Amino acid sequence: MSGTRARAGDRTRLTDREGFLAWAFLLPTIVYLTALVVAPFGLTVAFAFSRSTSDAPSYRFGGLRGFRAVFGDDVFWRSLLDTLTLTCVSVVLVVVLGTVLAHVLRADLRFRRTVRTLVLLPWTTPVALSAISWRWLLGPAGSPVERVLRGASLLHGGGSPLGRTGPAAVAVVAAHVWRLTPLAAVIVAAGLNAVPSGVWDAARLDGAGFWRRLFGVTVPLTLPVTAVAAVFTAAITFVDMAVVRVLTGGGPHDSTQVLPTLAYLRGVEGGDIGAGAAASLFLLPLFLAGVVVALRAVRRAEAIR
Amino acid sequence: MRRRDEAGTAAKAVEARGLVKVYEGRRDRQVRALDGIDVSSNQGEYLVLLGPSGCGKTTLLRTIAGLERPTEGEVYIGGQLVNGLPPRIRRVAMVLQSYALYPHKTVHSNIEFPLKAENVPRHLRERKIRWAADLLGIPDLLGRRPRQLSGGERQRVALARALVREPAVFLLDEPLSGLDAKLRATTRDELKRFQRQIGTATIYVTHDQEEAMGLGDRVAVLDAGRLRQVGTPRDIYDEPADTFVATFVGSPPMNLVQRANRLVGFRPEHLLPAENVAYDSRVTMPLRIERIEYLSGDRHVYGTVTKIGTETRVIARLPATVITPLAPGETHEFAVPGDRLRFFDAEYGIRTAPVRIGG
Ligand SMILES: Nc1ncnc2c1ncn2[C@@H]1O[C@H](COP(=O)(O)OP(=O)(O)OP(=O)(O)O)[C@@H](O)[C@H]1O
Ligand SMILES: [Mg+2]
Repeated sequence: MSGTRARAGDRTRLTDREGFLAWAFLLPTIVYLTALVVAPFGLTVAFAFSRSTSDAPSYRFGGLRGFRAVFGDDVFWRSLLDTLTLTCVSVVLVVVLGTVLAHVLRADLRFRRTVRTLVLLPWTTPVALSAISWRWLLGPAGSPVERVLRGASLLHGGGSPLGRTGPAAVAVVAAHVWRLTPLAAVIVAAGLNAVPSGVWDAARLDGAGFWRRLFGVTVPLTLPVTAVAAVFTAAITFVDMAVVRVLTGGGPHDSTQVLPTLAYLRGVEGGDIGAGAAASLFLLPLFLAGVVVALRAVRRAEAIR
Repeated sequence: MRRRDEAGTAAKAVEARGLVKVYEGRRDRQVRALDGIDVSSNQGEYLVLLGPSGCGKTTLLRTIAGLERPTEGEVYIGGQLVNGLPPRIRRVAMVLQSYALYPHKTVHSNIEFPLKAENVPRHLRERKIRWAADLLGIPDLLGRRPRQLSGGERQRVALARALVREPAVFLLDEPLSGLDAKLRATTRDELKRFQRQIGTATIYVTHDQEEAMGLGDRVAVLDAGRLRQVGTPRDIYDEPADTFVATFVGSPPMNLVQRANRLVGFRPEHLLPAENVAYDSRVTMPLRIERIEYLSGDRHVYGTVTKIGTETRVIARLPATVITPLAPGETHEFAVPGDRLRFFDAEYGIRTAPVRIGG
C-alpha cells in the first residue's frame, strides 16, 4: 500500500505480464502444429471415410469403404504384424545397445569429445541418406557385404541379401538400430548423469559385484529414462517409411512391407486415397495406447524415487 | 574377524605408506589432495582424522577404501598390500560424506543391500537390520524411501548400512555431521560402545575437534594433504607438534606470543590472574583487559599481554572457581605455570626446546 509499491506498479511492462508472455511464446508452436500436424491429420481422417481416388480426387463420402478395402487385403495384415515385430525387435536392441553405449560415453576416455561426436553421427545423418548407404553396403550385385558373404560361401545362387526374405528383414532392423542407438544412448546417458555418483561408490563399497550393481542399482535407477528412450525408438520406427522404401522397397514380394509404406503404396501409388488414409490411420490408436502405457509406467517409477 | 586374529597382532589394521593423490584438473591444473601421508591404525583402534575443510580427509579415506587410486604410495589392510584391489576384496565398510543412499530402495532394502551382496541368509539379515535400526533409533523408518527422510535420518540409515556388516575396517566420513547436538552426543556414545564390543578398527573423519578428542583412541591431524601430528587426544592437546595443531585444536585456541625467534604458547585456561597461580616457577605478564564474555560458567577474558614478548592479543579462560573481580579497561597481572608454556620456531612453526623466561 506504500508509495514505493504503487510506483513499482506503474512501471509494469507488457513483458511483465505472464499471461501475455505465455501466449506470445506459444503462438509459433500453435501455428506450426496446426499447419503440419492438425491439418494433415484432419485431412487423413476425412479421406479415410471417402471414396476419393487420384483419378477422381474430389471429395465424396464413402463411409467405411476404405477400411473394408484395407481389412480385406492380405498384405495389410502381414505388414501390420511386420511393423509390430520390427518395432519390438528394434526397441529391444536399441535400448540394450544404447545403454551399453551410454556407459561408454560416460567413461573417462582419452578422446571423449571426439568419441561422443562420432557416436552421434548415425542419428544426425538424414534417414534417406543412411538408408542409401545401407543399400549400397548390402544391395544389389557386387556390394561389399555380398562379396564377403560369397567369398565365405555363405551366400549361394543368384540375388543379393536384400533380395531374400530373411536377410532383407534383418537389414531393415539393422538400419533402424544403427540409426536410433545413438539417440537412446544420449537419453540414457542423461539419466545416468542425473544419478548422484555417490550411489555407485556406495554399491562398490557394499561389496556388490558387476551384475548386482547393474540389476540392483543402475537398471532400476535409469528405468524411467530407459522407458523414454524406448518410447522414442518405438515412435520413430513405427512411423518411418524411408528405411524400408529405400532399402527394400517393401520387397521381396511385400515381405518387408510396413504400414506406412503400405499406406503410401495403396494411397499414392495405387491411387486409392481412401484405403491409404485408412491404413495409415489404423496405426494411431495402437500407437497412442502404447505411448500412454509407457508414460504411465515412467510416471509410476518416478513417483517411487 | 577370525582371519585377522590368525594374521597375528603385529599386522596393522590399516597402513598407508607415502600416499600421494593428485587430482588432474582441466588444463594441467592439479590439486595435490594428499601429499605424502604415512599413517597406520592398530587392530581394534579408533583412529580419528581431524583437519580443516579441504585438507584431504575424504580423499585419504576413499583411497584406503579403494574408491580412488593413489598417485603414489601403498595401502595395506591387515598387513596385505591392497593397491588396485576393489573395495569388495578389501572388505571395508564406509559411510560416505554424501550418505549416498539408494534412492529407489526402502530404508530396509538399503540396509539389506550389503548383506545380500555377502550372501547372508535371510533370517540373519532380518536380525541384523532390526539390530542396526534399534541402535540408531530408526525402526519406524524402515518402510520409507530416502527422499522421505530428513538429512539426519538419512545419515543414520547410511551408518546402519555400514554397521550391519563385519568388515576388516570401518571408514566413517563425518557420519554424525547432520545430527543435532543431543542426538550426536548419544549416537557418538553408541558408536564408541559398539566398536569396543566388536573390536573392529575404525577410521573416523571429522572436522569437529570435540568429536575427535572424545572418540579417538588416537587422533591424526591433517592440513593441506600432510599429516601434522598423530597421537592420543592428550598428546595432541598438551604437546602439539606445531603451531597449526596448537591453534586448530582447543577452543578458544592456544595463545601464541612472539619472543625473538620463538613463539611462546599457552592455553587460555592456563592464563589466570597471578594470585591464582602457584608462586614458584610461574611466568607473569600484565594483561590489559578489553572485553569479558561469560560462557557456560567460564569467563573468557580478551586482552593484550605485554612484557613477555611482542604485544599480542590473547584470551584467558577463567573457570567459575576464579572469583577475582576484573573489568574491561583495567590492567591486571596474569600468570601461566612455567611447565604449561610451549615453544615453537617463529619461522617454521615447529615445536622447539623451552627457553628461559625471566620472572
Ligand atoms: N574429484 C576431485 N577432483 C579434483 N579435486 C578434488 C576432487 N576431490 C577433492 N578435490 C580437492 O582435494 C582437496 C581435498 O579434498 P577432500 O574432499 O579430501 O577434503 P576434506 O578434508 O574431506 O574436506 P571436508 O571437510 O570439506 O569434507 C580439496 O582441495 C578438493 O578441492
Ligand atoms: Mg570430506
